[in-house]
Amino acid sequence: MVTSNPFSAMFGRSPFQPLLTHIVKTSECADQLLPFFEATLVGDWDAAAIHRESVTRLEHEADELKTELRLNLPNTMFLPVSRSDLLDLISVQDKIANKVRDITGIMLGRRMQVPEELAQPMRDYMRTAVACVAQARHALEELKDLLESGFGRNVSDVMQKLIRELHRLEQQADDQQIAIRRQLFGLEDRMPPVDVMFLYKIIDWVGELSDRAERVGSRLQIMTAN
Amino acid sequence: MSIIAQHGEIFIILACLFGFFMAWGVGANDVANAMGTSVGSRAITIKQAIIIAVIFEFLGAWLAGGEVTNTIRKGIIDPEMLQEDPQLLVYGMLAALLAAATWLLIASMKGWPVSTTHSIVGAIVGFSVAGLGASAVDWGAVGQIAASWIVSPLLAGTIAFTLFKSVQHLIFEANDPFAAAKRYVPMYVFLVGFAVTMVTLTKGLKHVGLDLSFGASLLLSILAGLLVSALGGFMERRVQASSRKTDQFGFSGVERVFGVLMIFTACAMAFAHGSNDVANAVGPLAAVISVVQTGGEIEAAALVPWWVLVLGGGGIVVGLVTYGRKVIATVGTGITELTPSRGFAATLAAAVTVVLASGTGLPISTTHTLVGAVLGVGLARGMAALNLRVIGTIAMSWLITLPAGAGLAILFFFTFKGMFG
Repeated sequence: MVTSNPFSAMFGRSPFQPLLTHIVKTSECADQLLPFFEATLVGDWDAAAIHRESVTRLEHEADELKTELRLNLPNTMFLPVSRSDLLDLISVQDKIANKVRDITGIMLGRRMQVPEELAQPMRDYMRTAVACVAQARHALEELKDLLESGFGRNVSDVMQKLIRELHRLEQQADDQQIAIRRQLFGLEDRMPPVDVMFLYKIIDWVGELSDRAERVGSRLQIMTAN
Repeated sequence: MSIIAQHGEIFIILACLFGFFMAWGVGANDVANAMGTSVGSRAITIKQAIIIAVIFEFLGAWLAGGEVTNTIRKGIIDPEMLQEDPQLLVYGMLAALLAAATWLLIASMKGWPVSTTHSIVGAIVGFSVAGLGASAVDWGAVGQIAASWIVSPLLAGTIAFTLFKSVQHLIFEANDPFAAAKRYVPMYVFLVGFAVTMVTLTKGLKHVGLDLSFGASLLLSILAGLLVSALGGFMERRVQASSRKTDQFGFSGVERVFGVLMIFTACAMAFAHGSNDVANAVGPLAAVISVVQTGGEIEAAALVPWWVLVLGGGGIVVGLVTYGRKVIATVGTGITELTPSRGFAATLAAAVTVVLASGTGLPISTTHTLVGAVLGVGLARGMAALNLRVIGTIAMSWLITLPAGAGLAILFFFTFKGMFG
């Protein structure tokens, strides 16, 4: 009988749960990067294709979550944080998954194999980037609990600690990037120029991955600054 | 005069029927919102909510429903105007009851926002303007009631904001929120017991033969507050801290302590709702009865007969048991994002506001007051997401309900007039 009770219609769905689900998907997507990379190193393109498939699937699911979240945030919605900050955050998160898709796409499409000398540094570099994403996810998980308690003094302390760690990881990724570029510069002469060009691009993109993860962190910081 | 002597019993029977029907409607529909916050925060189950509602709606109606009933009965229309034709008041009140009940039925079938209070006040004002002339209405009193419809959500919002801020400050920001919750929650329970008893004692109990001085009321209220707070402290002792590792702040344990508190606020809310909304059903009934019993003389000083309030309370309970339980389940499961700490702040604020209004004799909308209270918690950054469109719906319910109630009442008024002469 009561189809649209105005009282219960007042209670919107919390946007933080979908936000969290989204970053979990994103971080799962990024996790695929490491096994994918290992597969390319040994030239197992079938395995790489399988990993690539799960990347696109996860990216797609994340995309859907993003759309759903946006649709459930009409501008009559009153939130404890700024609505635009929230929408910014989801689009930054979404770009992480997109970048993972781009990296795996080009590497698979061009059957790119990183030269042996670069394999270990590149592996470490990717690991750092993936850890960055995982840290962003961790920060968001913590934040959700705190949001549900309505902020408080605790929020800034915990956030500071999480963001500092994120920043440290991003710094580490930057350093690794510089080292790999220098190493690649020494190898350039022996490699086909187009491959080198694309390898630089991949290095760049992996860097962007950690960059964006850090940006999730700074968005969170802006959101909780009150 | 002769009409009343001739048809007196029919009038009373009709009024009882319509009043009971109206009370049934209140129990079936309105109670769901009053209990929704408690059920939605999962502090109490639907079954517990119904038991609490049955007991405290009835107690509220019986013990504290008198003031608002008086307002509806004789506060809106100036009884002096009707010395000549007392039967017009009888027709009008019957028409108002029937109009409000009909409108309530139509609106809830269509899912429109509706307020019982607004429809009955609209209906009474409507029939008196059309049937008796605009000068029959005490516009000062109507203005006061209309103002209270704006003030009550604002007041509830302010109280809820303050309550939730205090909870944040005292409990959530403490180093050990769980221990802080255990320490402070009994104080909030005291507040619940004290506020409800105080308003009831100072304003309500004359008709059950209890007339206390202010000092005695204060003392009794403090006693009642201490009593429930001790009970709360005892119940709270069974709540264990969270064992989940992921919950590093212990918030889920805190929420469970608030769950204990919610039981008390749910009782207070049901009591408050009963005390205010019973008048919508029995106010007109009481008016009819006093006209008939005094043989047409409209006596302004008479008290509301106690059995009228019992009839209203009974109607609410029947509505609750036959139909309201389903609506409670629907509303309760619709509200998923409310935790006990927020639910408590909103419910207590609304309950205090409504009880205050009941004591002052102002008929207000419990639902609108609750909406104001929840928004207050939202302003304190306590709610994950609130759809502000609800404010528009409230405005709509004003715009639709008042004229609809008035129009229907006018229609029924002239029907009765034609039937009985």
